[in-house]
Amino acid sequence: MSAAQTQELGGLGQSVRRKEDARFIRGQGKFVDDVQLPGMAYMKLVRSPYAHARRGEIDTAAALAIPGVLAVITGEDLAASNLAWMPTLSGDQQMVLATGKVLFQGQEVAAVVGETRFAAADGAAAVRVEYEELPVLVDPHRALDPDAPLLREDREEKTNHIFHWEAGDREATERIFSEADVTVSQDLVYQRCHPAPIECCACVADWDSANEKMTLWMTSQAPHAHRTLFALVTGLPEHKIRIISPDVGGGFGNKVPIYPGYVCATVASLTLGRPVKWTEDRSGNLTSTGFARDYHMRAELAASQDGRIRALRVKTLADHGAFNAAAQPTKFPAGFYNVCSGSYDLENAFVEVDGVYTNKAPGGIAYRCSFRVTEASYLIERAVDILADEIGMDPVELRRKNFIPPESFPYDTPLGWTYDSGNYEGALDRALEIIGYEDLLREQKEKRERGEIMGIGVSSFTEIVGAGPGKQCDIAGLEMFDSCEVRIHPTGKVLARIGVQTQGQGHETTFAQILAEELGIPVDDILVEHGDTDTAPYGLGTYASRSTPVAGAATALAARKIREKAKKIAAHVMEVAEEDLEWKDYAFRVKGAPDRSTSMADVAFAAYTNTPEGVEAGLEAVHYYDPPNMTYPFGTYICVVDVDRGTGEWKVRRFVAVDDCGTVINPMIVDGQIHGGLTEGFAISSMQLVDFDENGNIIGGNFMEYLLPTAVETPHWDTDRTVTPSPHHPIGAKGVGESPCVGSPAAFVNAVVDALSPYGVRHIDMPITSDKVWKVLREAGITE
Amino acid sequence: MATNVSVSITVNGAEHTADVEARMLLVHFLRDELALTGTHIGCDTTHCGACTVLLDGVPIKSCTMFTVQANGQAITTVEGLARNGDLHPLQVGFKEEHGLQCGFCTPGMLLTASALLESNPSPSEPEIRKAISGNLCRCTGYQNIVKAIQYAAEAAKGDER
Repeated sequence: MSAAQTQELGGLGQSVRRKEDARFIRGQGKFVDDVQLPGMAYMKLVRSPYAHARRGEIDTAAALAIPGVLAVITGEDLAASNLAWMPTLSGDQQMVLATGKVLFQGQEVAAVVGETRFAAADGAAAVRVEYEELPVLVDPHRALDPDAPLLREDREEKTNHIFHWEAGDREATERIFSEADVTVSQDLVYQRCHPAPIECCACVADWDSANEKMTLWMTSQAPHAHRTLFALVTGLPEHKIRIISPDVGGGFGNKVPIYPGYVCATVASLTLGRPVKWTEDRSGNLTSTGFARDYHMRAELAASQDGRIRALRVKTLADHGAFNAAAQPTKFPAGFYNVCSGSYDLENAFVEVDGVYTNKAPGGIAYRCSFRVTEASYLIERAVDILADEIGMDPVELRRKNFIPPESFPYDTPLGWTYDSGNYEGALDRALEIIGYEDLLREQKEKRERGEIMGIGVSSFTEIVGAGPGKQCDIAGLEMFDSCEVRIHPTGKVLARIGVQTQGQGHETTFAQILAEELGIPVDDILVEHGDTDTAPYGLGTYASRSTPVAGAATALAARKIREKAKKIAAHVMEVAEEDLEWKDYAFRVKGAPDRSTSMADVAFAAYTNTPEGVEAGLEAVHYYDPPNMTYPFGTYICVVDVDRGTGEWKVRRFVAVDDCGTVINPMIVDGQIHGGLTEGFAISSMQLVDFDENGNIIGGNFMEYLLPTAVETPHWDTDRTVTPSPHHPIGAKGVGESPCVGSPAAFVNAVVDALSPYGVRHIDMPITSDKVWKVLREAGITE
Repeated sequence: MATNVSVSITVNGAEHTADVEARMLLVHFLRDELALTGTHIGCDTTHCGACTVLLDGVPIKSCTMFTVQANGQAITTVEGLARNGDLHPLQVGFKEEHGLQCGFCTPGMLLTASALLESNPSPSEPEIRKAISGNLCRCTGYQNIVKAIQYAAEAAKGDER
């Protein structure tokens, strides 16, 4: 095929400008809070001021006396219809509205519905709730102490322990550790943080009593899965539930779970028989919806003296808050954390995780992350640097020496994964070349002699994305396939609908590019729709970088199904035998006489006007794709920081990101995804923290305390790539949205720790704020 | 309990008179009363800038201003950026340079940037970054937003020639 043709079509590898931008730049995006319906009422939640308390009486009289207040819903009201609790995506249950006890500050206690937002807010302020305070459990390390308060009285097991999970070979790993030349051990905390998309959660529930149909506009990253769960929990028939996830203002995993507000608005609409809107405020978002991480990890490596890494041992305490509401595949209580052997060829490894309850918001969601791979990647990339420090080896050389070599793929890891493809040294070399590593080392040496503080941090991460396979990965029993339905209209224009849901990733453009490539129809003639469960085929949604690996594959294969049928029609139209035709250069061509050709548009017209005998009219296909394996994107990031000797401030001088996500659909969008993910990785390593005082009061419940980087702090990103296609994906693509957020925190921390290593520093926990660095410098006598 | 106040506000060139609750935020007036939903709400505390509009040409955060405080003044929202159907150079720049992803912060960014270019037609990168530091974006890492604003600055120069 000619490059000019591909460019004209907007096929694979083209930086096609995004179709969805047309509405966003005009302020015509349609977000949930933009939905206004006749007769719509507003809902406001009443939240608990205490982290742990017995909930007494709720006095609603004053609230109901306020003009315009329509209803106050309590946990007892929900209990009457068996909705006071709901299942989480991790096999636990969670209170919708508190009955009995409250378990975290900000927990939902009542919902007030009013004619206006003012009435709802006034009503919420007037609800009186009695509380009797209980001892609070904040520190997860104390959760299993005999004198720790028992948080979950609803469970049969009278303990704060949720699960124990392990992978790998404990004995073989122990054996290597006992005989190894060198071992290192480091405690690392991957702090609790929150995705904080700029759009908070929201829904509009609209009960149509005549047709007995519930329409829910919802900030949902997984509308179909949510529809099924709504049907199972509420008892409404699934065909009478329509979930529309319109434009979503950022998700990052925050909009995967089902939240109490959605359920309350649904109940309110059913009760009142009118539409009810719930829009979360920012503090509600930060205090009660899915947090991420909170992994307290011990990483140990065993190695030979010359730097051959032999084994990895990991022990982790996972703080899940009051309910285990992690959104991840059912069979993986610690997600894909066992990808923590990373890019390295180890003899063996063993990892174990214990999950515990504390008096904090529920969650454990995958924040720009494929189910705990961020924790895993951070762990191994920090541990390798610590080993390098121990044996006095350059961290780059240590990585190079231990990489899984390109010829070893597919590669079975000691922790149970089969990596599809990789060329880790290729990405490393490219990054070293771009950043000029040798020069940087020389500069650092000179600067250190002058007392200046500069650090270089490297991270050579391996990602795991694209869940399914369905037999291995399910969400609440739903196998993690995904789907695409394609219709070609008689005039050669295309409508495609996909089971995934964009929150800014640009699906309306990139999925059209896949179809342009497969069908030879220009990208401008292809409309991609998603997010409406009444029209889109069933899918598991967009998170964990699964859209391109799973739904992208479904899209390519749906198009290929169309090509099969189209070939019969083309043969009929061209009056040649089907076997004399081939699909080449975006058209059906006669073998040996490629100038004799028929375009897909011409075939489409014939599919409705001139069908051959025995062929159904129309030109449509649907494909449900169950991937045979995950995909494993990878890359190397290198970060250079300068540290201010007086204040401890660290600044990123240079950051080079070399990513390999396999086949690239749209380079502009891939670069944009990397910029965004690196910025979130920077935010996590430098400022984002949800903390609590000893009474369980949240510190980080608004944007005054929970810091997000502005354009001023955010570094400039240099991006580049290598291309190692996935051997099992129809177009060789691997997914990219999360790689930068997964791979970069270790690069930042490695850089700052490297800068401070002359002062005996081997590790600093994130977020590395200036005051942490300043304390190091003060202790070293560098600053006062 | 609620006291209504009569206001008259010019929004995108059209005058609107209304009786509003004294506590109604300007952003709610724009979104709920005028159905101009391009102005968004992201944080309630003046940090994120998703609600940025121009008040007599100056970017302000409409979630932290009462409607009554805008009485008698002129507001520009994202819906008022295009003129006679022609996109503002910034709108073109944001699309050309991939300066948006989810699109939620985009209207506020566009208005902040438009005020910057009014006062400083050729801003440096640090000047751009400082100007938009009251507008948070979680998707783009700002890099392409900076390029989008530079694109618009260049385009405006081209128009003058």
